[in-house]
Amino acid sequence: MSKTFTLDGKPIPFEDGQTIMQAATAAGVYIPHLCHHPEFTPHGSCKLCNVNVNGRNCSACTFPATEGQDVLSETTEINQDRQKITQMLFVEGNHFCPSCEKSGNCQLQGVAYHLNMLDNHFPHFYAERKMDASHPDVMIDHNRCIFCTLCVRASQQADSKDVFAISGRGINKHLIVNSESGQLKDSDIDAGDRAAHICPTGAILIKRTGYTVPIGQRIYDHKQIDQVSLETEHESHG
Amino acid sequence: MANKIRVATTSLAGCFGCHMSFLDIDERMLQLAEAVEFDRSPITDIEHCTNCDIGLIEGGVCNSENVHVLREFRKNCKTLVAVGACAINGGLPAMRNFIPLEECLTEAYLDGIGVENPQIPSDPELPLLLDKVRPIHEIVKIDYFLPGCPPSADVFWKFLTDLLEGREPSLPYELVHYD
Ligand code: SF4
Ligand code: SF4
Ligand code: FES
Repeated sequence: MSKTFTLDGKPIPFEDGQTIMQAATAAGVYIPHLCHHPEFTPHGSCKLCNVNVNGRNCSACTFPATEGQDVLSETTEINQDRQKITQMLFVEGNHFCPSCEKSGNCQLQGVAYHLNMLDNHFPHFYAERKMDASHPDVMIDHNRCIFCTLCVRASQQADSKDVFAISGRGINKHLIVNSESGQLKDSDIDAGDRAAHICPTGAILIKRTGYTVPIGQRIYDHKQIDQVSLETEHESHG
Repeated sequence: MANKIRVATTSLAGCFGCHMSFLDIDERMLQLAEAVEFDRSPITDIEHCTNCDIGLIEGGVCNSENVHVLREFRKNCKTLVAVGACAINGGLPAMRNFIPLEECLTEAYLDGIGVENPQIPSDPELPLLLDKVRPIHEIVKIDYFLPGCPPSADVFWKFLTDLLEGREPSLPYELVHYD
């Protein structure tokens, strides 16, 4: 008999060492997430995967599954919290989707659509953020960075490089590039790197590919992110 | 006639694209006209709002006149709706928020390529520009939001028919787009 916990009343089997996210995904249940990616060490920073475990809020991507846990995910209250978190991400950066190459393929947008987010609720920061178009093949638009650290982790764990890091705290937090000049062109990044393709938003883009698929025919234009996520992100077991 | 729903519409810092998209409901406009009467709107040329049931606002606020119009709508409309990306987050016009206003004006009216008779417009009739373009929910309370650049005709139709038929408006997944 494998061990189980319940997720929204449904029994979910798990193996020791698995997180709630890993077990749920393996059982075909989507928990909204942005900073989580099954191939990289969980970071637990975006809080979108917030679930209630035995009465307490936890991040499903970092919290270990244990026998008999009572986990709530798809409640009105939790989804409202997730929507507020997503709205904060939108007003903290500068997300003008109609002029963004990633629109329709963007996970931040996909999650927002999934949560039926119709507005940004909070006052906009209109923070001044820069672009780095110095590299011949890869560019960064800092306006769209949500500090998920996926590029940081992918560069270290998949590319065995160390191109990105997050620097500063709170409102001054920003993505930095590991090179003498601080520019992408002087870093070790290569257009074939995992780190150049992992960004869930339109912050790291491969040049000259932005409109190869027309708007309206993109991933989340017709398919919800829960379905896409379960079809494409596979958790390693154990 | 007497019990028609009164609708007002306006474009603030917008491009009228949302209004054009609204007109894309095509022949359904006839059906709408049976239930709805337009008050202040580019469609009627009525200059000021009277008591209305629904106000549709396209565009964010970029100048003092936008603020006055928005407040007039809020005062006169039971239900006020932010229509389109610019009303919701400032949209394309808000991309000037990262450039100081003086630089914007200098580039557009003094130093820009092909500018003739360079001078910054200062006629007292002209509304003053705000230092930043703002979405409308930062100025007045907004009751509903229709995202999209522009929202499709089906978004307008779904929203208005929901309201007219007494349902709480809701947009299904296929109708929610930010682009
Ligand atoms: S990164 Fe995503 S949410 Fe941000 S502007 Fe681009 S498509 Fe929109
Ligand atoms: S650039 Fe993209 S992948 Fe890197 S931290 Fe920002 S949002 Fe995440
Ligand atoms: S997905 Fe768990 S905190 Fe981001």
